Amino acid sequence: MQTTLEPTKVPTSDISVPTSQKLRIVIVGHVDHGKSTLIGRLFHDTNSLPEGKVEQIRKASELEGMEFEFAFLLDALLEEQAQNITIDTTQLPFRTEKREYVIIDAPGHKEFLKNMVTGAASADAAILLIDANEGIQEQSKRHAYLLSLLGIRQIVVAVNKMDLVGYRQERFEKVRSDYTEFLGKLGIVPQHFVPISAKLGLNITKASPELEWHKGPAILEALEQFQISAPPDDLPLRFVLQDIYRFDERRILAGRIETGSLQVGQEIVFWPDGKSSRVKSIEEWNAPEPPTSALVGESVAITLEEQIFVERGDIGSAPDHGPAEGREIQASLFWLQNDPLPLNVPFTLKLGTQSVEARLVEITRVLDSSTLEPLAGNPGIIHKNEVADVRIRARKPIAFDRHDRISETGRFVIVTGKRIGGGGIIREADYQDEMRLAGAAENLTWTVSPVTRELRAENFGHRGAVLWLTGLSGSGKSTLATGLDYHLHRRGIFSYILDGDNLRHGLCANLGFSAEDRSENIRRAGETARLMAEAGLVVICSLISPFRADRENVRKICHRDGIPFGEVFINAPLDVCEARDPRGLYKRARAGEIKEFTGISSPYEAPLAPELELRTAEHTLENTLLDLTHFAVELSRIPEPQIAEELARGAGI
Amino acid sequence: MDHLDQLEAQSVYILREAYHSFSNLCMPWSMGKDSNVLIWLSKKAFCGKIPYPVLHIDTTYEFPEMLEFREWARKEYDLDLIVKINEDARAGRGTYTQSVGYETHDPVTVTHELKTVALQQVMAERKFDALITGIRRDEDPTRAKERYFSPRNAEFEWDYKDQPPEFWNQFTTAIEPGEHIRVQPLLDWAEVDIWRYIEREKIPIPTMYFARPGDDGKKYRFRSLGCWPITKPVESTASNISEIIAELLVTKTSERAGRAQDHHERNAMQKLRAKGFM
Ligand SMILES: Nc1nc2c(ncn2[C@@H]2O[C@H](COP(=O)(O)OP(=O)(O)OP(=O)(O)O)[C@@H](O)[C@H]2O)c(=O)[nH]1
Ligand SMILES: [Mg+2]
Repeated sequence: MQTTLEPTKVPTSDISVPTSQKLRIVIVGHVDHGKSTLIGRLFHDTNSLPEGKVEQIRKASELEGMEFEFAFLLDALLEEQAQNITIDTTQLPFRTEKREYVIIDAPGHKEFLKNMVTGAASADAAILLIDANEGIQEQSKRHAYLLSLLGIRQIVVAVNKMDLVGYRQERFEKVRSDYTEFLGKLGIVPQHFVPISAKLGLNITKASPELEWHKGPAILEALEQFQISAPPDDLPLRFVLQDIYRFDERRILAGRIETGSLQVGQEIVFWPDGKSSRVKSIEEWNAPEPPTSALVGESVAITLEEQIFVERGDIGSAPDHGPAEGREIQASLFWLQNDPLPLNVPFTLKLGTQSVEARLVEITRVLDSSTLEPLAGNPGIIHKNEVADVRIRARKPIAFDRHDRISETGRFVIVTGKRIGGGGIIREADYQDEMRLAGAAENLTWTVSPVTRELRAENFGHRGAVLWLTGLSGSGKSTLATGLDYHLHRRGIFSYILDGDNLRHGLCANLGFSAEDRSENIRRAGETARLMAEAGLVVICSLISPFRADRENVRKICHRDGIPFGEVFINAPLDVCEARDPRGLYKRARAGEIKEFTGISSPYEAPLAPELELRTAEHTLENTLLDLTHFAVELSRIPEPQIAEELARGAGI
Repeated sequence: MDHLDQLEAQSVYILREAYHSFSNLCMPWSMGKDSNVLIWLSKKAFCGKIPYPVLHIDTTYEFPEMLEFREWARKEYDLDLIVKINEDARAGRGTYTQSVGYETHDPVTVTHELKTVALQQVMAERKFDALITGIRRDEDPTRAKERYFSPRNAEFEWDYKDQPPEFWNQFTTAIEPGEHIRVQPLLDWAEVDIWRYIEREKIPIPTMYFARPGDDGKKYRFRSLGCWPITKPVESTASNISEIIAELLVTKTSERAGRAQDHHERNAMQKLRAKGFM
């Protein structure tokens, strides 16, 4: 045993083993109807268990004074074995001659619905199990409803415990007709109904004499007829952006192709902003040569031709067939958490990699998922294990699809506190509309109540703020101001630029360039900015504003009225600005044609503690703009307590 | 995409979600086959740069070949490697009145002290908020109930009776104070998938996995690598990956059969796992 080999050398041979896809099957149904028993039986009868496993469990059961159950092969937790119920889902690989499977055992107890959903959501197909003796029970219905919401279409119904009903065909037919009717309402048409006895192993792997009247397949045969859900490659591209990496000089966009495909050189548009660029490369570590295309399901890393502002959460598409975007969605949702979900209380909505604050603005109806009947009255709240149709409003625009069109980007989860509380699918999406604004019902309150700054902010989705860009002529203020204005606009933030030069054409036309006039110029700009911020806009002020005292004065004006103020120092060395000299002003100032020119013949007092400093000579415009945009977005964000207050007030109206 | 491509894509997706979600992420690395697949997937996820530290919990009962491999891999992959030993337990100082080791203690106790407690110590020192681990569902029935993102409390306990839901690739990424998250990108992989992937990608692994002649003239290999006093090789003639795969397709004994600690007592794994063992 002591021979040492080179650790890096892996002996290989050329017998290659083909890899196949696995079909994922979930077994669901009411508590105690025999799900775990069926799976244990299936594994046993197909000889799929590790050697000695049954003996080991038989002995262990004996030691604990319990009767041996096939379910113990699945119920791995001590608690599960002792109580004879499944608590959490188990996923186990399973192989037949035809192909490989993953069998998912889901709990049937109502208490563990969240575990059932966890197990069922990833399945390609399902077996709905019903106890022939008990017939259709609460979870038989609720599970079926959830399967339909989760989009699982291939279903076989197993009618179990036929041994307890004397193998009578009438009993089987009764369950079949009752259940067929219920499933029909959900649009579910099962492939087969199969009478079985999981405990005794009848109709599991082959037809059994006790049930010879059954002409359809046994369970195993029914499984083999299921299809692996085909990857949706005929759908339009949805590239879900996870992150942007800058580990080296490359700016890499990492994400997954949820649907469609992507080629180097193609145009790609990022939503909800709608910015576009071209795919420059697909990056792959250790690849013999870089790929030129990527297919549905792949996790990829790409670079773009043109550096545009994109961020985690964005969904990339081809120029046509993009997703819908907007702040409102109509959805069906299921709620799994103990704490109920009320109207108007903020939560986090996660769709793809987007994560936004949102709330229910309307609960159209709540269904009792075990009867499919709407609950009477207008509940205004969704309780655990209920299913509801709702309207949700997000704080900022999101990109999404209709679930029946593209399910990957048509479904979402709701996070309250730190845990996932439920999920939903999107029922409607308006692909034409650019952006849907607040609903009419809420606008009514405009006319009947005084519009406070908070109410205005609520309508805008952000609060008003003043960004004060100061710096030498040629430092980049106007370029950054216009770039920022554009970015904010794309994100649904209302903004406006106050440019020093523009103001001098009108409001400040009577002012010159003396120290005194410069002060007055700044004061007027500052007051105007404050008013506009008061009205709810993000005001981008782009003025040289060389004197510290003047800028401090504007800060005071804003703060006195509770307007967020951010001083942004656009910092570029004088020689750089002079070399840039976009309008030839430095040349003229040097020649003495312009008097009192800042930096040449008039001083510039750099900010001592600006909220943000941007060194435009050291970074690319794109990067600087990204920093500035992030800063502006944060500054205009509505603070948390304000939301709560405003909602409390809103609920009282 | 074939099955391996799908597994790879999902693992890469998870690694990227983890890197985005946690500020202080760490990847324990045992140098075993699963661990090395994780390194490989990390390289792929981040285009060649592994942006988190890699942690080896050194029990001091490591096979010399494994330590050799550790040094080789550290350089090869440019790893930010942390090596952690529970020195107090080995030396019998601090809170320990006696040196802990296989010579004097049962395997469950030693594993707990030299692995779980060592991990707790390094977590306390480095304040990691998430750990990327290489566990797979097919290893053990309790693992079959795991999630991709699984919260552990301050005592490292796994509340397997009340796990948060996880579906549609939306994960539990926010933690309560004192909690951390176990990120488990290999959950869906089966043992044979790991081998198929190692073969396809030509991932370097320690040579102890391949059969060599033993003193009795028969051939043996390690199927799972743990501490040397409790890890026994299995009889096998599989000297390359294809032969290992072929062997796996016909064997029915469980992978960890070679590890004494697992069948030391009934349900030992569940107890160890609930206490924070990986
Ligand atoms: N007579 C008879 N009993 C059965 C049959 N199948 C299962 N059982 C018994 O029904 C009981 C419940 O079986 P389980 O397999 O644990 O039920 P389950 O559906 O997994 O239950 P949960 O996971 O807790 O929802 C056990 O005592 C089984 O032995 C059957 O075909 N005939
Ligand atoms: Mg069960």
